[in-house]
Amino acid sequence: MVGQYIVNGIMMGGLYACLAVGFSLVWGVLNVINMLHGSMVILGAYACLFGVQRLGLPIYVVAPLACGALFVFGYAVQRGLINRVVSQPILITLTLTFGLELIVNNLILHYFTATPRSLGINLGTVELLGMRIPVARIVGMLIAAMLTLLLYWLLRHSKVGRAIVAVRMDRHAAALMGIRIPQIYALTFGIGAFMAGAAGVAMALIYPVTPMMSGVFLGKAFVICVLGGLGSVPGAIIGGLVLGIVEGMGTLALGPQWATSVGFLLMMAVIILLPSGLAGKKGYE
Amino acid sequence: MSLEPSSRACLIGLALFAAAAMLAFRLDNYELQVGTSVAMLCALCLAWNIVGGYMGYPSLATAAFFGIGCYADAIAQSQGLPIGVAWVCAAVAGAVAALALGLPLLRLKGHYFAIGTIAALEVLREVSNNWEWLTGGAVGLNLPMQAGDPDSVGRFFYLAMLGLALLAFLTTYAIDRTRFGFGLRCIRQNEQAAAMVGIDVFKYKTAAFVCSGALCSFAGGIYASMVAFIEPKDAFSLITTIEIPVMVMLGGLGTLLGPLIGGVFYVILKEFVWANFINLHSGILGLLIVAVIYFLPAGVMGIRPKKLGSLWRRLTSQRLRTSP
Repeated sequence: MVGQYIVNGIMMGGLYACLAVGFSLVWGVLNVINMLHGSMVILGAYACLFGVQRLGLPIYVVAPLACGALFVFGYAVQRGLINRVVSQPILITLTLTFGLELIVNNLILHYFTATPRSLGINLGTVELLGMRIPVARIVGMLIAAMLTLLLYWLLRHSKVGRAIVAVRMDRHAAALMGIRIPQIYALTFGIGAFMAGAAGVAMALIYPVTPMMSGVFLGKAFVICVLGGLGSVPGAIIGGLVLGIVEGMGTLALGPQWATSVGFLLMMAVIILLPSGLAGKKGYE
Repeated sequence: MSLEPSSRACLIGLALFAAAAMLAFRLDNYELQVGTSVAMLCALCLAWNIVGGYMGYPSLATAAFFGIGCYADAIAQSQGLPIGVAWVCAAVAGAVAALALGLPLLRLKGHYFAIGTIAALEVLREVSNNWEWLTGGAVGLNLPMQAGDPDSVGRFFYLAMLGLALLAFLTTYAIDRTRFGFGLRCIRQNEQAAAMVGIDVFKYKTAAFVCSGALCSFAGGIYASMVAFIEPKDAFSLITTIEIPVMVMLGGLGTLLGPLIGGVFYVILKEFVWANFINLHSGILGLLIVAVIYFLPAGVMGIRPKKLGSLWRRLTSQRLRTSP
């Protein structure tokens, strides 16, 4: 029984890491709390659902297209809107992204209605050491985890990745080194949107998704980001796994209605006791 | 007769309050309801402005205290306490909660403070959802209705909310004029420097947070008695907690009249949007928020007639500044 919850927790953890890594990157690099993140996850899920169910395209074509579309959306939003106020106090950027969130969420609600939708792909379940795991969940988790690791690799080894890390460490020094800050900001936001879209696709593979869930996804991203520490990919992975397992344990011990509260309480404890997160220090990827 | 700006603002505010109180006997029931919600939002804006405006801490705990006030009032009334005592209970509960939350949260800065206060709100909502024997859970709690005809009950709550808004206004004026307000403004500008010149930073911050929390809870108490039914997602609403700073920004941060003007302006806009675009109201609200940030960064109070012409030019020529 406990084993089943831990396995479920790890499965969720992979998804959570993908869900939060974009949010964490945006917060760490741009110093912006992106309230739009939850709606971008929904947008990814619905773009995928739209392609599969309305246009009848196969999912392996639609999923990358959906994520790509999210990248373009994120890049445009940052370039056109957020870059103008990005250096102002946090209240301004937070409120701006909240305003954008209201607009995007309302539009999704308007065009797709509030009905929960899912891709409805049944791949069966596998038995492993007496624990039952649906295959769709494994696939979703693997996609999410692989993309997260890919992002980690890109940040370490590509030129753009090093530039993003440099801006996170010290934006003035990075500017002096010839890095175009607005460009990097927009790219980072685009990558954040891409990862949100990927998380949305993986989510739609596993659960029914509705536009009303954007707040839930945003809340998870907050918690994971604070648990793991800002702006680092390993932090998001650790935070995602910890949250997945802790929620599983909370469900087991107190019942499913307390799972969210346990996550938030853990986050408040971490924010007060270990402000730089469980993963420790801010620094190199 | 020449007056200091803050005294002049205070006189203007008092005149507005007097006019609003006199209107109580002129308005019909719908107008009284709108008026009550204006007064409530003004009170919440003024309360938030102490922490968010004067002290510069981006608090998103407004709805947390508001919700605590709602539940404290409901629980006190279910124990048979009279309505006025229940309101005082609500305010005290809010002050205690602000003290308890402020001690850990006020050590945080900037983003972390904002996130910590949102987390507090989320936890409180979940707790009220699940602590069924005390809060009724997701089903909500019923409160006793006030006896009397709808008009006089409406007038009673309108005047009560107006009284609270006046209290919040006078508190703000007192803060604005005293050493306390000066200290808060110093903290906003540079907390370390404030500590260097001998301001007991932590005491000031806690006092401001408690003051703001008590006022928010008081408003929650009156609101709960008025609607006679509360549920977790209404009492601890994320939208409210973000709308309030937007209203204050709309009026002008850290000013005496800003919260009043912002609150009134926002409710008028919102009623208009609700009445005309019911399906897209939250999207239009979002557009309004975005517009306030780009077009009125200093709020309505920051508008200078001369500058209006150059507003568009400034917006279109705004370039990214990398300095903080």
